[in-house]
Amino acid sequence: MSSLNWTEDFLSELSADMTVAESAISSDVTLWQIDNYAWQRFAEIALRQKLRWAAGWAEQVQDRFLVNACFEKQGKYILLRTGVDASNPELPSQATVYPAANRSERHTQDMFGIRFSGHPDNRRWTRHQAWIEHNYPLRKDFPVQGTPVGITAPDMHYPFIKSHGAGTYEIPVGPVHAGIIEPGHFRFQAVGELILNLEERLGYVHKGIEKIAEGREPESLARLAGRISGDTTVGHCWAACMAMEQAAGIVVPARAALIRGILAERERVANHMGDIGAICNDVAFVFAQMQFTRLRELWLRTNATVFGHRLLMDSIVPGGVACELSDESCTLIKKELVELKNELNEVILALDLNSSLEDRLYTAGFLSEEIAAAFGTVGYVGRASGQDFDVRRDAPYAPYDQVTVKVALENQGDIASRLWVRYKEIRASLRLIGEFIERLVDGDIRTEWQTPSAGAEGLGIVDGWRGEIITYVRFEAGNKIARFYPRDPSQLNWPALEKLVLNNIVPDFPVCNKSVNGSYSGNDL
Amino acid sequence: MNWLIAILQTTLFVLLAPLLAGWVKCCKCRLQNRKAPSVFQPYRDLLKLNCKQPVVAEQASWLFTKAPYIIFSATVLAATVVPFIAVDLPTSASADVIVMVGFFAFARFFLPLAGLDVGTAFGGMGSSREMTISSLAEPAMLMAIFTLTMTASTTNLSFAITHVLNEGLVLRPSFVFALAALTLVAVAETGRIPVDNPATHLELTMIHEAMILEYSGRHLALIEWASQLKLMLYGVLIANIFFPWGIAEAFSMQALAYGLLAIIGKLALLAIFLAIAETLVAKMRLFRVQEFLSFAYLLGLLGLLSHIILEAAR
Repeated sequence: MSSLNWTEDFLSELSADMTVAESAISSDVTLWQIDNYAWQRFAEIALRQKLRWAAGWAEQVQDRFLVNACFEKQGKYILLRTGVDASNPELPSQATVYPAANRSERHTQDMFGIRFSGHPDNRRWTRHQAWIEHNYPLRKDFPVQGTPVGITAPDMHYPFIKSHGAGTYEIPVGPVHAGIIEPGHFRFQAVGELILNLEERLGYVHKGIEKIAEGREPESLARLAGRISGDTTVGHCWAACMAMEQAAGIVVPARAALIRGILAERERVANHMGDIGAICNDVAFVFAQMQFTRLRELWLRTNATVFGHRLLMDSIVPGGVACELSDESCTLIKKELVELKNELNEVILALDLNSSLEDRLYTAGFLSEEIAAAFGTVGYVGRASGQDFDVRRDAPYAPYDQVTVKVALENQGDIASRLWVRYKEIRASLRLIGEFIERLVDGDIRTEWQTPSAGAEGLGIVDGWRGEIITYVRFEAGNKIARFYPRDPSQLNWPALEKLVLNNIVPDFPVCNKSVNGSYSGNDL
Repeated sequence: MNWLIAILQTTLFVLLAPLLAGWVKCCKCRLQNRKAPSVFQPYRDLLKLNCKQPVVAEQASWLFTKAPYIIFSATVLAATVVPFIAVDLPTSASADVIVMVGFFAFARFFLPLAGLDVGTAFGGMGSSREMTISSLAEPAMLMAIFTLTMTASTTNLSFAITHVLNEGLVLRPSFVFALAALTLVAVAETGRIPVDNPATHLELTMIHEAMILEYSGRHLALIEWASQLKLMLYGVLIANIFFPWGIAEAFSMQALAYGLLAIIGKLALLAIFLAIAETLVAKMRLFRVQEFLSFAYLLGLLGLLSHIILEAAR
């Protein structure tokens, strides 16, 4: 009821400055179209109304660029849209108001050549040396295979932020790291061991997901979405399917929705267990890592037996799911739930009672509630800093609309908080999996696909294990994708890392980073 | 003949060092509920590294390529000083703690220099951390050793050990303090958890490993071997000073064999304690290391004081 109130209040406040053309793209999401000059003004009023900036992207429709931004408040999403002319693409920046929009606008600037006037930091972000000046990869005239001219030149002259003064020095780390992790460059300015500034330079895993999605059919797009970030294959696949189903006006069968829920929660449990172990490993408490790796491995093996893939890739398909869940499998999963709960009770004691671990994890990597809110952080990073938001509870979709989702919340904002949020989420997910299995109804696991009309669009919003995933899909004629944009939760959480390491010491950075564990691949697309 | 035994002792020392490292790793694996690699794995690793071609950075000076040999030799020389399976060897004339600390310092001088030499950020970072820690560890170590030498009235390790043997089993408060202090120093100096993590891949948290990141091939093998030697040196030091029983005092075949068995047993036991400690605690924050080493220094000082107050008068 309050959610209705705020849109009305908000619209009346906007009416003084701009005209808003309202239309519904689905039952949950309304599309508000405004004139491009009011783009920044909207953000200012939105900030005053405490809306959270959630996602931003653009697309080309003939000789116009449509620029979109997605806002959220109290579980109600608004899709904001404006158009700019391709001949002179310029738009007032929202990043001046919402720091969260910063990198997203830089991405749009690099990919479409849209200038954001007044942007606080308009250095290139995704753009690398293989693209010639004034070539914009996401414009329709840019070929999918690119325009390669020999070996890509090294990126020598990226204008990093410099620090001056006696005793300050720079530590460049990466993009290639010693561990088996994804590439990303970190530039530290430090005095002694104290971190003065950290600058992230990502984009090394840019795969052109958005470009190669164009022209795909739904099935093929779902497969692509499942490969945006390997650890979030269920989350992204689900969000993409949800968006496509919305565009096609398809309702997923109840049984399929429940199985999707089970898959998503299984993914969450597996990744959280891996993360807890990895955080402990980064402070050389290897015992915990070994235990959690073992538990995760057993969990993944069950995935393989029951669903046919350890990481559950391609289990979700447009219109339903690809894997049936037999009664024997249900019994197996239920048995496993009980076993895992018992094991966790034992292992978590070893963590909780270890004072040397406590000394490392408490107070380190502190992210205040204000900064967490300003950057719109989601998932466990937000929830550990008091951001009480979970799509599953606040904007519930099937099957979460049938159950009560308990959101794990901490407000210390340190590494320990992020670890405990994960642990609580594991417990909550185990309960959810049990409930979904109890509620499992007979029926189809997939509905017939219906070709959506040209121009049909959909916005899939799900809660992946890292947090809220927002995926936008627009169809063109012939069941083909015209535009696909997935917003990984990491995109909002990466900037928070830059802030939470400040005033920590350099050797504490790895554990701070692991506590956030952003996806490089999901961020770079 | 005696010289032969001395040379044999050092050779054994050098050859057994990787075995100790393998044993520690093995114990740690078991404690973490893992299958352990063979205790001979460090030998295979050294052999593998030795067969590989070392890759040297273009900017590296002669220092970088020579440092591994210097460090290894200095550590081997330090090993000759410490009585391993027998006392009263010809080398005991030079078996002085100050000499041993000197060899360590000599090796330590070159390692951070080599780390700085190639000019990577990690090398410099590791070197600066290493020097910070060693500047705190060395006084603490000397303090612990002085406690011992005051009891024996000599800085000669061989004589000190003989003195302890002759005295028999006497509970000395000063020795308890010195043992605790030396253990803490040993943990810091050999780069074990909670001070440093020898198994980490996280460059930013490294101390010892950060300095040697650029090393490869036989250079790396020598440095690895030298750190295994150092771990063994501290182990032998603790085992033979505080629990010298079993060490060969005569040069008969039997006595030497017993001596060897005794020291292997003692080291194996010490390694188990080390593995348990490393499994139980997480690595401490870098800035806690100073508190850790100050505590070691304090223990050494208390040992010295308790010697003067309680034991010297007798």
